[in-house]
Amino acid sequence: MAPTITTGQTNRAGLTRADYKGFLSTLCQGCGHNSIASQLIAACYEMDIVPEEIMKFSGIGCSSKSPAYFLNRSFGFNSLHGRMPSLATGALFADKSLRAIGISGDGDTASIGMGQFKHLVRRNAPMVYVVENNGVYGLTKGQFSATAEIGLELKHQGTNFYMPVDICMEALASNATFVARSFAGDPKQVKELIKAALSHHGIAVLDIISPCVTFNNQENTFHSYMWGKDHESPLHEISFVPARDEITVEDFEAGTTREVTMHDGSLVILKKLDKDYDPTDRWQALHMMEEAQRNNWMVTGLIYLETGRPTLTDLYNLPGTPLNRLSEADLRPSRVSLEKINAEMS
Amino acid sequence: MPSSVRIINDFSITIATINGSGSQTANTVLLRALFKMGIPVSGKNLFPSNIQGLPTWYTIRVNKDGFTARRDEHEVVVSINPTSFARDLASVQPGGAFFYADDIKLPINRTDIYLYPMPVKKLSIEADVSPKLRDYIANMVYVGVLGQMLGINPEKIRQALDFHFEGKIKAIESNFATVKAGADWAATHLTKSDPYIVEQMDKTKGLIMSDGNTAAALGTIYGGVQFAAWYPITPASSLAETMNEYLPKLRKNAEGKNTYAVVQAEDELAAIGMTIGAGWAGLRAMTSTSGPGLSLMTEYTGLAYYAEVPVVIWDVQRIGPSTGLPTRTSQGDLTFSYFMGHGDTNHIILLPGSVNECFEFAWRAFDLAERLQTPIIVLSDLDFGMNQWMTKPFVYPDQAMDRGKVLWEADLEKANGNWARYKDIDGDAIPYRTLPGNKHPASAWFGRGTGHDEYARYSEDAATWEANMTRLSRKFDAARAFIPKPIIEKSEGTEIGIITYGSAVPAAEEARALIQQASGRKSSLLRLRALPSTKEVHEFMESHSRIYITEANRDGQLRQLLSVEMPDQANKLRSACHSDGLPLTARWVKEAILAQEAM
Repeated sequence: MAPTITTGQTNRAGLTRADYKGFLSTLCQGCGHNSIASQLIAACYEMDIVPEEIMKFSGIGCSSKSPAYFLNRSFGFNSLHGRMPSLATGALFADKSLRAIGISGDGDTASIGMGQFKHLVRRNAPMVYVVENNGVYGLTKGQFSATAEIGLELKHQGTNFYMPVDICMEALASNATFVARSFAGDPKQVKELIKAALSHHGIAVLDIISPCVTFNNQENTFHSYMWGKDHESPLHEISFVPARDEITVEDFEAGTTREVTMHDGSLVILKKLDKDYDPTDRWQALHMMEEAQRNNWMVTGLIYLETGRPTLTDLYNLPGTPLNRLSEADLRPSRVSLEKINAEMS
Repeated sequence: MPSSVRIINDFSITIATINGSGSQTANTVLLRALFKMGIPVSGKNLFPSNIQGLPTWYTIRVNKDGFTARRDEHEVVVSINPTSFARDLASVQPGGAFFYADDIKLPINRTDIYLYPMPVKKLSIEADVSPKLRDYIANMVYVGVLGQMLGINPEKIRQALDFHFEGKIKAIESNFATVKAGADWAATHLTKSDPYIVEQMDKTKGLIMSDGNTAAALGTIYGGVQFAAWYPITPASSLAETMNEYLPKLRKNAEGKNTYAVVQAEDELAAIGMTIGAGWAGLRAMTSTSGPGLSLMTEYTGLAYYAEVPVVIWDVQRIGPSTGLPTRTSQGDLTFSYFMGHGDTNHIILLPGSVNECFEFAWRAFDLAERLQTPIIVLSDLDFGMNQWMTKPFVYPDQAMDRGKVLWEADLEKANGNWARYKDIDGDAIPYRTLPGNKHPASAWFGRGTGHDEYARYSEDAATWEANMTRLSRKFDAARAFIPKPIIEKSEGTEIGIITYGSAVPAAEEARALIQQASGRKSSLLRLRALPSTKEVHEFMESHSRIYITEANRDGQLRQLLSVEMPDQANKLRSACHSDGLPLTARWVKEAILAQEAM
């Protein structure tokens, strides 16, 4: 047998980057969502995740189209507007060994889907839930979403009168176990947060400000590249170290880092910036969010993390074999048991 | 003056109590005691949408011939509710018996009935139970008095208590002591003057007594349900609750692990979403609801039709539109559920016609859903779902589970990974599917409610769209070969055919006998058990000149649907439909048919 030539083109799962790609995006050139799809591909490749072991879900909108643009070898479902959480919830029971990524938008999550989003969070469903947040309805051509800031002016829409919904705040209020915010214009942070989210055992909410280049990219608005670049205020520099890697902390200056061990043994290393922020303290997280809102900061990074809480599917005493591989012998009770029930009712 | 005749095993007992007072136990104990005496019985609970306080009535029909439909006539009436007393008194048939709590001091203005005061309060105070339980035990007083006066075997009452309290000795003993006190008091203080008595028969041998929601829950479990999501709604809640009761006993594997999951969702929008997610991922998935919930499930059900996801939806119907009467029955969701969803959509509907069939169709529904990769909607209703019925024992599934066309790793290996999710390989319009967790690199596909080609890829191509929709239409047609066929009872030489389904069946069956008694006319009966309709229905119509369609809705929905499906027969279809929230009576059906016969 010829020796295997390691070209550096394959990961530890023996797959190339091409094994993680999706169809060609039909979103606008420069759309933040495409950048997120690229980081999802990179994160899964670098984490050696086998695509068949991922399920992808989405609702309706520009964001929800994007699962077609990454991981073609993963099962996926593009469901109804605002109702991806329920479909994903049901699917998660079929095979507990699979990981799940949901891609939603601000309309899909914070408007029509607010109820299902919050219940998914409340149940600690084991999945990564990405909100590609641009404050605007793109696919229907530029209406306000529930995350649009008050006073935002859009062509054909006039001025937004209402207070915006803060998705991270909503997630925290619903007892999410992983809450992070990032900016599509900061690909490194997006990737590291996706990796941490994929290692989380439970719901991981990732609110990624993803500017809409067509309908909402004025220089002075919250969901724009320009504003994001100027106002992004990272809580920390974040690095993700997979469980298998020997941890080399030399990269991280002693005394300025904080390590968080994930459920699977991997580490999230947070390098302190000017603030001393502890993402495992919910009280501090809520305080910081309020502070950011008052000061008009776009705080990014890992906002909150709780490890150790059982996930939705942990609570159901399910067998080791995936439910969807059980056969009639496992699923149909005996004839005798029915005879007994009939006898009791006679 | 005492009656000179005796009327045995052929009358109705109506008991008027206060909702939430625990009378349901007493009433079902009476029902089951009669059933255990071998007498055909049926019980109907007419209750308000209320937790506690409003009047409620429970009617037990004893009928030696085995008819179980609702009757409007009340021969024996028990009133322990002052609020409904006047109405209860007025409802007694002339010559009937009126039992009432003697602490109700209201005028009694009837001289054409037999009156029996009962010291309900006195005897319940004397009962050896905590004051908290006194109201509950009070109901056992009328069980004892009625038992004595009608001739119910006390041993059968005891057995019924044993069933109800699942063998808990203390509860059985204290309740039975009060029953006995009531019976002893009646033996000493009351003189039997009315003609109504019960006598032991052997007509319930081999039968069981259950409600339709219990039957559906059990059928679902024996059908191998793996996932259920639901949201509380009357009259469907007890279906899921009964699953929760039986699943832990019946569906743990050798390691004590659950082979199922049941989730109470945040609403019906989520209940159907979860069910579809589970169905897509390969689980036998179901949800149970009633009209308002079904309305909320509409958009997702349309997606399941178009994306071809197997799911089972139980609609335990109540009367609508809108919130309607939450505790009253109807068959008003037939047309809605048949076409549920926007665009060109049609669904397979199963129509169980007995409690026993609620069990059977519950497991069959999964086989059909997975074979045909489409939602299966089962229409029950409050009358079946929440009332106790005597019925044939549940029959263990007589065929292996049909999991449909699923490709696993080995299948894809064999096919070199060549497959397409929506391609009609076998010419039966049913494609193959793969399930998440399949590790073959060619296994994955992307489900969607948007336009798609044979490979499940997004497509806006006109011809692709139309070809797919045409295939779905062919699949719906092909389903006729799989669904339950109608049951036909033919009378030779009659021009009258009756078509009915669901909980209208008992009234229609009895109406045939009444029509023959009243007019000498025989009739044939077709009991429809599923939609779309099959050729047997057409043949039945062809062989009769007048077809009466009996159902509990305002518009004669089945008549409308069959007129469209079989336009050549439409002019002989007539409606005998009626919907006021109560189950149909045989007398009403008879009169509706004879009135049209006279025209």
